Amino acid sequence: METRDLVIIGGGSAGMAAAISAYDAGVKDILILERGPFLGGILNQCIHNGFGLTYFKEELTGPEFLTRFVEETKKRGIEYRLNCNVTELTKDKTVSFLSQEGAFTVKAKAIVMAAGCYERNAGAIGIPGERPSGVITAGQAQLYLNEYGYLVGKKVFILGSGDIGLIMARRMTLEGAKVLGVAEIMPYSNGLNRNIQQCLIDFDIPLYLSHTVSKVIGSGKLEAIEISKVDDKLRPIEGTAQRIECDTLLLSIGLIPNNDLLDKIGVPVSPTRGSQVSEHMETAIPGVFSCGNVLHVHDLVDYVVEEGKVAGLGAAKYLSGELPTHQEVIKTKAGEGIGYVVPSRIDLLNAEEKVQLKFRVRKPRKDVYVEYRQGDKLIKRMFKPAIIPSEMEIVSLDKSSLSLEGELTVSLVEKEVR
Amino acid sequence: MEDIIIIGGGAVGAFIARELSRYDASVLVLEKENDVGDATSMANSAIVHSGYDPVPGTKKARFNVEGNAMFPRLCEELDVEFEQCGSMTLAMEEGQLPMLDELERRGELNGVPVKRLSGEEVLALEPNVSPDVKGALLCPTAGIVNPFTLVAHAFENAIDNGVRLHLGERVMDVKKGEGFFVVKTDKASYEAKVVINAAGVFSQEIAAMVEDIDWKVNPRKGEYYVLDHFAPGFVNHVLFPLPSEKGKGVLVTHTTSGNYLVGPSSEWVDDKDDRSTDSPTLDNVRAQATNMVPNIPFRQQIRVFAGLRATPSTHDFIIEESKAAPGFIHCAGIESPGLVSSPAIGRYVVEELVKGILPLKEKENYNPRVRKYVRIAALDETEKARLIKENPHYGEIVCNCEKVSLGEIEDVLSRSLPALTIKAIKKRTRAGFGKCQGGFCQPKVLFLLAKRLGVSPLEVLYDRKGSEILNKESK
Repeated sequence: METRDLVIIGGGSAGMAAAISAYDAGVKDILILERGPFLGGILNQCIHNGFGLTYFKEELTGPEFLTRFVEETKKRGIEYRLNCNVTELTKDKTVSFLSQEGAFTVKAKAIVMAAGCYERNAGAIGIPGERPSGVITAGQAQLYLNEYGYLVGKKVFILGSGDIGLIMARRMTLEGAKVLGVAEIMPYSNGLNRNIQQCLIDFDIPLYLSHTVSKVIGSGKLEAIEISKVDDKLRPIEGTAQRIECDTLLLSIGLIPNNDLLDKIGVPVSPTRGSQVSEHMETAIPGVFSCGNVLHVHDLVDYVVEEGKVAGLGAAKYLSGELPTHQEVIKTKAGEGIGYVVPSRIDLLNAEEKVQLKFRVRKPRKDVYVEYRQGDKLIKRMFKPAIIPSEMEIVSLDKSSLSLEGELTVSLVEKEVR
Repeated sequence: MEDIIIIGGGAVGAFIARELSRYDASVLVLEKENDVGDATSMANSAIVHSGYDPVPGTKKARFNVEGNAMFPRLCEELDVEFEQCGSMTLAMEEGQLPMLDELERRGELNGVPVKRLSGEEVLALEPNVSPDVKGALLCPTAGIVNPFTLVAHAFENAIDNGVRLHLGERVMDVKKGEGFFVVKTDKASYEAKVVINAAGVFSQEIAAMVEDIDWKVNPRKGEYYVLDHFAPGFVNHVLFPLPSEKGKGVLVTHTTSGNYLVGPSSEWVDDKDDRSTDSPTLDNVRAQATNMVPNIPFRQQIRVFAGLRATPSTHDFIIEESKAAPGFIHCAGIESPGLVSSPAIGRYVVEELVKGILPLKEKENYNPRVRKYVRIAALDETEKARLIKENPHYGEIVCNCEKVSLGEIEDVLSRSLPALTIKAIKKRTRAGFGKCQGGFCQPKVLFLLAKRLGVSPLEVLYDRKGSEILNKESK
């Protein structure tokens, strides 16, 4: 059986970043397995700009952004195989994959999982009504348009104000389709503010907050939808339905980590539906790391890359024996107002001087403090005039401020209370 | 002049066609949808019922039990996924135990092996059942089947043996001539000595074309949840509640693909084409299911769907030659347990009814088998490597969620049974069936289909007429 020091599953931005950082930290025997025909993953179909503002301090398109990482990967001579589909992973780190060349199993000393995510779709939310063609996820419409050159419809309504939907509202308008509106079930938008401005407001596309699609109509092709206002339990309110004639309903209702391979071998899962990881992005299996959208869904690729680098570095440390497993770790906890916290645990003995936490709030809040407490001890408190779920928060804590005593809880505290 | 025309390409039509294909006869099947098994035969619980439940002495009881016995061999010949996992009918309250006695008695009268289990015995076999369970009726001969490949492979086998199938052709009228029938469709007109009505929920309308009938077929809708294959063994048997007036109730089962199915509801509807789901109904299905199995992980939901049962006003299958129009055979009102009964109905219709009208001579070269199907994901590593060496396309995974290869899709496209739509490919191969619901693989399937059918990608249909996916080329 072929053996490798490091196998990286997924050659998108997270996978390439992990490979580059592991290589630079001394790991030379690396194999990236990518299921698609190119490196770069989903960025290949993201031809709009807005990538790299944080990481490169300039605005790039998806393909421009990924190209920089492909060049860095190639420059180092890191091996990658395209059109390879990983079918199985075992706890003792064998990786089985298929390609037109054959069926292979590789024994890895360390693994980085970087398999990205997929879109929540009509089936997952059980959208009421019929199931005609024309109800399609925003990312799939983007794939048809940007990679294959076909537009899916001409009268379009969008459910969900996620960023891909917003980007597609503009993209399809520019292609000559009429985008009739966007319905968002929450009382606030779920996309980045800049996308609301540049993709909806600039094109006079109405955003219906606290609305959802209450019926899909059409037996062959979509003929119409009904949208309704929702109550505080997010249920459609009777008598508020309005019919909208359209041939396409784009769904931009969230992304889900594509974490099957780790789920199937019972690696503990976090509320993000990715695996539970340490500060080095190490899962519960020593030597198996996870990063990028397979771990938790990011809004900016810049942060995916940063996370990939942490995982790559973690893998390098593991391979050189510098990442031992300790029984005593700090568990993190999502407290009041917080949806999730990554990492799930901090191994203080392994941690760098700065420990990074990432989290999202459950709903938009104004004038709040974010508090980081370990047991009763206040580690850090930061004032936030506004904080929203669509933007991931990142904070660095000093390792010296932490101890092995008690859970580390992130929570929101009203300003008035203080 | 055809010897026999079958109206309807569902499970009943499929097994009549396959039975007839053993004989020297010209057989034409007319199906209004763009694929076989595209209505009731597709959207059901996919259960091979044991037959303990139908009232003894009915056609339902007879064909269910006979059909069940045919499944192991049938599925082997037709290369269809089938698992004889057994079913349990659960009593959740003490007061329901006498009903289990009644079902046990019915099972014995119907000739079905049954066994009573205590609550503890149920929990030992099915740890995810509610600890409230008081007892169960275990039916070891019950099973689960892939309903999509069951119907498709039966038709493929029938076609390989000489049956002809017209998809997307709707029967508009049937007229009685002198010793033959004229069947008019939206595309052409045919003559046939024998016409078989296997038109599912529309079998009443087809029957009314040749005679005044005193029965009806009323559509009764069932809505379901499909969950992802999150963990094997969450449930191991088909779990039924006690049956009621409204049918067998909401069941919880695994499927042959390792998914889990929860449903169906039971609602009378007016529209025989109603395939819509609604949230209150599904919420109710969920509540009923969690009464039996409390911890069903509904966050693993990947799809909801609805199907229509062809419920007869007579409460039993209507399988007979028309008295007013001899030579015209009704197979109407085939509701549950229709899927399991269909092979036995096919055999009965041919042996007992058609042969009484037309002399049938057996073919010498009848082959009961379809060409073997290969699923790369089901092979061991050595077999995978050998197959990919033979045909590298089996190493290219198109559907990531269900691990369906290009080779498998190309195989389906090369078969005698046409696969004309994206949904047909989905039903045959599972490409697009998984958690992303075709988000990544649908374009690949669409362009493969366009190439195979020799049409523009703009013309490729998802399913029915008008269901094109693409609108125009980009600027």
